[in-house]
Amino acid sequence: MTNRTVLVLLDPAGEVRPSVLELLTIGRTLGRVEAVTLEAPSVEALAQLGAYGVETVHQAELPADLRGDARHLSAVVAAVLTAAVRLTDADVVLAPSTFGAKEAVALAGHALGAGVIIDAAGVAEDDAGHVVGTKRVFAGSWDTVSRVTTDVAALTVRANAVVPQPAEAAVATEVEGFAVAVDAVLPAVTARTEKARDSDRPTLEEAAVVVAGGRGTEGDFGPVEAFADAVGGAVGATRDAVFEGWFDRYIGQTGVTIAPRLYVGAGVSGAPHHRGGMQASQVIVAVNNDPEAPIFEICDFAVVGDLSDVLGQAAEVIRAHKQQA
Amino acid sequence: MRIVVPVKYVPDINAERKFVDCRVDRDPAVGTLNELDENALEAALRIVEALDEAEQETSEIVALTVAPPEGDVALRKAFQMGVDRGVRVSDDALAGSDYSGTTAALAAAVRRLETEGPVDLVITGMAALDGLGSVVPALLAATLGRPSVTFAKTVAVADGTLQATRETDEATESLTAPLPAVLSVADTANRPRFPNFKLIMAARSKEIEQWTAADLGLEPGAVGTAGARTETTLAAPRPEKPPVELVQDKGEGGKALAEYLIRHELV
Ligand SMILES: Cc1cc2nc3c(=O)[nH]c(=O)nc-3n(C[C@H](O)[C@H](O)[C@H](O)COP(=O)(O)OP(=O)(O)OC[C@H]3O[C@@H](n4cnc5c(N)ncnc54)[C@H](O)[C@@H]3O)c2cc1C
Ligand SMILES: Nc1ncnc2c1ncn2[C@@H]1O[C@H](COP(=O)(O)O)[C@@H](O)[C@H]1O
Repeated sequence: MTNRTVLVLLDPAGEVRPSVLELLTIGRTLGRVEAVTLEAPSVEALAQLGAYGVETVHQAELPADLRGDARHLSAVVAAVLTAAVRLTDADVVLAPSTFGAKEAVALAGHALGAGVIIDAAGVAEDDAGHVVGTKRVFAGSWDTVSRVTTDVAALTVRANAVVPQPAEAAVATEVEGFAVAVDAVLPAVTARTEKARDSDRPTLEEAAVVVAGGRGTEGDFGPVEAFADAVGGAVGATRDAVFEGWFDRYIGQTGVTIAPRLYVGAGVSGAPHHRGGMQASQVIVAVNNDPEAPIFEICDFAVVGDLSDVLGQAAEVIRAHKQQA
Repeated sequence: MRIVVPVKYVPDINAERKFVDCRVDRDPAVGTLNELDENALEAALRIVEALDEAEQETSEIVALTVAPPEGDVALRKAFQMGVDRGVRVSDDALAGSDYSGTTAALAAAVRRLETEGPVDLVITGMAALDGLGSVVPALLAATLGRPSVTFAKTVAVADGTLQATRETDEATESLTAPLPAVLSVADTANRPRFPNFKLIMAARSKEIEQWTAADLGLEPGAVGTAGARTETTLAAPRPEKPPVELVQDKGEGGKALAEYLIRHELV
């Protein structure tokens, strides 16, 4: 059943992040893809949406009192998704697996009576035409397959589920406004400061390569960052390293969940809480000076040694290799 | 102040976790209180402890779980931390519930508690470590028609208002909501206390109230497998990885790492 209408959440709409390009790619395998935004998409975003086959962007028109900071509340995003599904008679809603989008998708599913799958690692359809989500659970140790048994399916999808592919032919993209009423009881947002994003490196959530530093860095993330830049990766940390104030974002069950092509852990012991957020990575590499480090149990390749020596030398060899190529 | 803390009974993340017949295996040998719900319990205890003595006297913290009877383990742990009451909702009709069924049962139990007197706050953990959904708190707020403040890092309650700060993926936010409200706390919100000997002893003999789906007026078709909107059709352990290729750094470890990455086209 590829005549479905698939709505992809694009929030914010200033740029189309790689995770959203993945959703558009997945969406096209299920039907016609349209985007939903809470603000006007930028010119660049529109061009990318066109390249990915999106003819229509549904831009929510919110009540005046919700156009400020409150529009980021998940209940507001949920009301937008719900209204968009009703407007377009859509069959599938796709959003990235951020904490906020997970809530919004679950709330929209609740309002629509739709089946909800959170953190899908892949989306497909089964022989009977049901939308099916695969998940990697229990710290990457089990795979599950779940099908949505309702007419409408709402899913959040983890980054690195597919490789983004533009449509065979680009299309012209039109923006259409639609009015959204929000009847949820909302908290007041009294202050909101957006985080600066490091534009020189890929974001942790979406990167194909992630280098993580732990307590073993003893506070010096220099070697970790230099190595990450040599391999073109994002930088992350363990919760302990963040609690020490050495870095700002941590990977793990309660931090950012990642499943990149390559994860490199430096001075990371591999505690269950940390594993829960990275064990689904395709290739796992570690540098640790303890030959008994638990992280080695889940590694494909590892070096027993001091992280600054090993990462420094590796970065040098990789830089030389890249220059040759 | 009356606070309900929904706590989940989950397999210990340090144990070997598995599925049986496409459902999470809730083997009592590895079942425990969801660790992140300790942060919710701690938040509730601190809110009550900050009240004046007269208000403390009339306050109540109720731990609530939707679980099979083995789930009492989670409630006992909550008693050990210092909650006043424990309620378990168990029913064969609830087996196989998805987010919507679990939320319906939790909301119905909160409403029933509300027939005894107002519930000012529902405080949950940020996620259940088995499914890692992080969606039940928001769904519970929507079902109860209350404002939802989730992933809070700091929490304060004063004059009938909840104040919280949080770090989202995009921003740092300050939120306020009038009570009654639903709050979920992040693992960074506090450091859960260790129970003292007196509480551990007292927890053993505390009574756990048991409610069924019928007690809560839940339609059998709305919860459990019957009410589920998703169906898990396959659950399989991932194939074991081949053993790690371990290199001892004797001066060439970095080179070996680089060569591994280049050989596997990872850089
Ligand atoms: C409720 C809860 C939730 C949590 N959630 C998370 C989470 O989401 N993410 C997370 O990461 N943690 C989380 N934690 C913390 C987690 O349990 C571990 O404490 C943490 O992951 C350990 O961090 P680490 O590996 O940096 O430190 P350690 O465990 O101290 O490991 C440091 C490692 O560095 C090695 N080392 C030391 N010096 C060097 C050197 N010079 N060169 C190379 N190696 C060196 C050591 O051998 C050791 O293996 C959570 C904890 C709790 C209680
Ligand atoms: N079956 C349950 N019984 C009691 N509380 C639950 C249950 N499921 C979820 N919760 C609460 O909701 C929070 C988030 O769970 P989840 O959305 O499943 O990740 C948990 O930390 C608990 O506080």
